[in-house]
Amino acid sequence: MSAKTDQLVEQVRGSRVWRSIFRSGTGNSTLHRALAIQQNIFLHLFATKVRKRMVRFSATWYLGTLTLGTFFILVITGILLMLYYHPSVPQAYADMKDLQFVVSSGLFLRNLHRWSAQLMVFLVFAHMFKVFYRGAYRAPREFNWVIGVVLLVITLLLSYTGYLLPWDQLAFWAITVGSNLSSAVPLVGNKIHFLLLGGNQVNANALLRFYVFCPLQRFSSSPFTSGVFARTAAFTFNSRNQSRVHRTSPRST
Amino acid sequence: MSDPKDFVAGIDSDQRRSPTRVVFVTRRTSAQVKVTQEDQVQTFPEVLFRAALAIELLAIALVLFSLFFNAPLEGIADPTHTPNPAKAPWYFLGLQELLHYFPPVVAGVLVPTLLILSLVVIPYFNVNIEANGLFLRDRTKRLRLFYLTALGMLVFLLAFKVYVAAAPTVIVALAMIVAAYSSPESPSRLRRYLALKPLAYWIMTWFLFELIVLTAVGTWFRGPGWSWVLPWRS
Repeated sequence: MSAKTDQLVEQVRGSRVWRSIFRSGTGNSTLHRALAIQQNIFLHLFATKVRKRMVRFSATWYLGTLTLGTFFILVITGILLMLYYHPSVPQAYADMKDLQFVVSSGLFLRNLHRWSAQLMVFLVFAHMFKVFYRGAYRAPREFNWVIGVVLLVITLLLSYTGYLLPWDQLAFWAITVGSNLSSAVPLVGNKIHFLLLGGNQVNANALLRFYVFCPLQRFSSSPFTSGVFARTAAFTFNSRNQSRVHRTSPRST
Repeated sequence: MSDPKDFVAGIDSDQRRSPTRVVFVTRRTSAQVKVTQEDQVQTFPEVLFRAALAIELLAIALVLFSLFFNAPLEGIADPTHTPNPAKAPWYFLGLQELLHYFPPVVAGVLVPTLLILSLVVIPYFNVNIEANGLFLRDRTKRLRLFYLTALGMLVFLLAFKVYVAAAPTVIVALAMIVAAYSSPESPSRLRRYLALKPLAYWIMTWFLFELIVLTAVGTWFRGPGWSWVLPWRS
């Protein structure tokens, strides 16, 4: 960077507005970098320092980060799609056709939302297995794992509720097959089935319910998601005084 | 802690002959390390920038994919016309495959509930904490138990004609047999690896195999009336 831009950057950083946002100040010192994490509402769940070998790709495969990435994409594309969508029969299907032929980049938007949703489900599963094989659920992180399992279930449910929204044959019958399972619950099965669909079969009420649940779950899970992402990051990446039980086995390294 | 000692401290240990002995670490004990001196980096910028980069690359990949591949969209929903087969979303196809063999209350309620419960309790049972190979202790007893369980499961799966789920079971059981007859000091890397795997590893790996195989079969190999079809022959 030229001296002039450097000067400009410094001027902005020194300005009153900037200082009011980043109160700790910014700079290259370790203290400033630590404060940048600690005093940020989103980042303070991280540890300020991280063990070097946990930054390596092989340690995490970035599965948690990538899951968060799909989540961001889903929220953004989801909100945009909601602008073009009516949760009513048969308008919902007509909206799909409009997205395809009328709305600029509508098809692209829907593609991106659909594929991200599928990828997120896959990534959440992959993340769970990776965490298991790394033994990253061990004390003191037991409850992280439990939150992870809850998030897995929420991810499945919100992907499932989103599945009905296009209101095509694929959606309708997939939800019919899936929701019929709920009637198999002993004693209260039919009641659960009715509650889920707002009727005895998949109909306009079910569409409305699923339309409400899909983003609702998303938003309820978002603090959860960012929380577990940051916490796992903080813990697998470890803070310094964390006691750790080191494995000793005949071939421990 | 209640294990009997499997070592004997030298009673006549002579400080002049072995002056550096500080602590005994026997095979199955863990050393609690309070502080580890490892190289550390600052989360900002080292980790955050990497994370941002990973998310950006993911976004680029997804955008490219979405430009070239369209999301499926079939005809408008028609309750009077059932497609054959009617399939659930792909991540539930493993369960739907089980539904083909077992009554709905088993495949649709019991199996998922038990699965979630068993996943939740994993950290609270000290599963997989010490990486002790399954067959390294109580070998005879554990081998006998393993053969009984594996045989019992196979008989159960075959009795219900669940050949699809039997295949991964056989593969994992074979890997476990290899593990049972391998030593942690084996010259082969694979056998060393297998010999050191604890029970939790085997259960999870079996679950992973079943998940992949059942989902793949449900997705690609099931046609009208849930009959077996080959995906490359339409």
